[in-house]
Amino acid sequence: MHDSVYILGRKWNLVLDRKLKHRFANLLFASVVGVIATIVVSAAWRSPRKFGESPPLAVAQSPQNRPGQSSKNRPGRAPFLVTVNQPLGPPMIELVGTDPQGRSGSVACSTCHSVRPADLSNRTPETLDEFHRGLTVDHGKIACYACHHLENADALRLADGTTVEYENVMTLCSQCHGPQATAFAHGAHGGMNGHWDLSRGPQHKNNCIDCHDPHSPSYPKMIVGFKPRDRFLDSAHAPSNETRDSTPSETTDDAH
Amino acid sequence: MTHTEDPPRQPSLPIVENLSRRAAVKGGFATLGAAAFVAAISPLRHAAKNSSAAEFMQQHYKELSPEGKAAVIARLESEAKENYGAEVTIADDRPIPGTKFVYAINLSVCNGNGKCVEACHKENNHDRSTNQSYIRVIEMPKGTMDMEQGTTTYTGAVPKDDKFYLPVQCQQCDEPPCVDVCPVKATWKEEDGIVVVDYNWCIGCRYCEAACPYHARRFNWKQPEVPAEQVNPDQSYLSNRIRPAGVVEKCTYCLHRTRRGKLPACLEACPTGARVFGNILDPQSSIRWILENKRVYILKEELGTKPAFFYYFD
Ligand code: SF4
Ligand code: SF4
Repeated sequence: MHDSVYILGRKWNLVLDRKLKHRFANLLFASVVGVIATIVVSAAWRSPRKFGESPPLAVAQSPQNRPGQSSKNRPGRAPFLVTVNQPLGPPMIELVGTDPQGRSGSVACSTCHSVRPADLSNRTPETLDEFHRGLTVDHGKIACYACHHLENADALRLADGTTVEYENVMTLCSQCHGPQATAFAHGAHGGMNGHWDLSRGPQHKNNCIDCHDPHSPSYPKMIVGFKPRDRFLDSAHAPSNETRDSTPSETTDDAH
Repeated sequence: MTHTEDPPRQPSLPIVENLSRRAAVKGGFATLGAAAFVAAISPLRHAAKNSSAAEFMQQHYKELSPEGKAAVIARLESEAKENYGAEVTIADDRPIPGTKFVYAINLSVCNGNGKCVEACHKENNHDRSTNQSYIRVIEMPKGTMDMEQGTTTYTGAVPKDDKFYLPVQCQQCDEPPCVDVCPVKATWKEEDGIVVVDYNWCIGCRYCEAACPYHARRFNWKQPEVPAEQVNPDQSYLSNRIRPAGVVEKCTYCLHRTRRGKLPACLEACPTGARVFGNILDPQSSIRWILENKRVYILKEELGTKPAFFYYFD
């Protein structure tokens, strides 16, 4: 870049007369003014946006997550947001059976839990006398009330007692799963779809409990479905194209 | 109808008198030669049958004028209508200035379920009868990154305890051996890093397929079969338009999506979130964060191909 400008400059010097040089200087001055104006305008434009309200779990990928580096962000780069899936509000329990009008119903957690005393010692379904006994709980050794709110059964609580709504469950998860939360904030954990380029369209990401059942969070095993009929790799132990479909394999395919 | 010729069987050495043996060997080679010749030109004969004079006369992609490109694209769109009964739009997506695409896969998370393989198959209008895809997921023994030690034909419940899973597709090498070997310059690397093929210029010699250390290129043995209602109509000339028989094709990082700002189809399909894609020139991008904060691996580093594709564990 610099070389070519230098070379260009030298050539120009040979042919330019004073008047042209003058014009060149004017141009240069005008462009400097232009650049300064751009910087001022863009700074003014950016500042209200930085403090603007954004929906609770919608994060514009870069600036909010890394406040220290927001100045690096080019103005006009991210008009679209990264939105994160939000779970529906407090879970409802579906009732078995119907009322006299034939309607099935569902009840909120607080329907029962506002009249039952909380038992802080419960950690597994085995110690329960009734309800929730079919639940699989395999999430470390934490007690039910490590996450569920003691007084408000329709909400969750952080370790310090702060109430968290079910919709904001990720705040709760992030208390313990910090590295995952960091990776998530940088697009390196969790499935997504939409755009990589936020100047062209939005991006939408899963939240923790889309993939991890909070009571049994390890990602479940999956069955391999679709397989290319690969001609070259593993030809020794792969069934041939023609026989593949009819050969009973020891495992099932979930495809089709 | 396939063009798979049986590999010529090695003639067992005839144990005969010297003179006739020589004749037999000569005759054998002549037969072999003729058979090989027929087999070698068979895609050509096939192509000649189907192609219009316009196709035969078409210039290299890079030499086409804008009007020339428009004409070629109009022809390809009408061919898709005629041969597949599908209304498609073929765009000519060019690199976005200031982008260099890089992919990364979190191998701690990938469980080998193969949804990406299927998504590629559908997105890129691959032949339905062979389940063709640009992605292979390799089941690997733990403790090695040597992809040649893995297998692709695993089935059943995944992940298996003693294995990890390595998805491999075109690594969009910065020093691509596949490009160097092409005798007709039908494949090249574009400014955003994507290695593309002009499927109408490719002569199907398959040198590039042999040169690629990642087994990333595929040869179209026959005209792909895709039912009209399954054709992805959102196409690009250098990407997922339906490729003719007898040419080599490859992953293009879904340039018909990514050059319009969207994420690749394999990433969107990944249920575990193992895949990360982005512009490495953007200091704020996810991909940049991974390269700066994770310990990343590349495959067959010793070959000096400089992949734009990274693997990491966390
Ligand atoms: S992975 Fe193979 S096909 Fe892709 S650029 Fe590298 S050498 Fe070429
Ligand atoms: S198969 Fe096509 S792209 Fe590959 S080397 Fe031969 S002409 Fe070039």
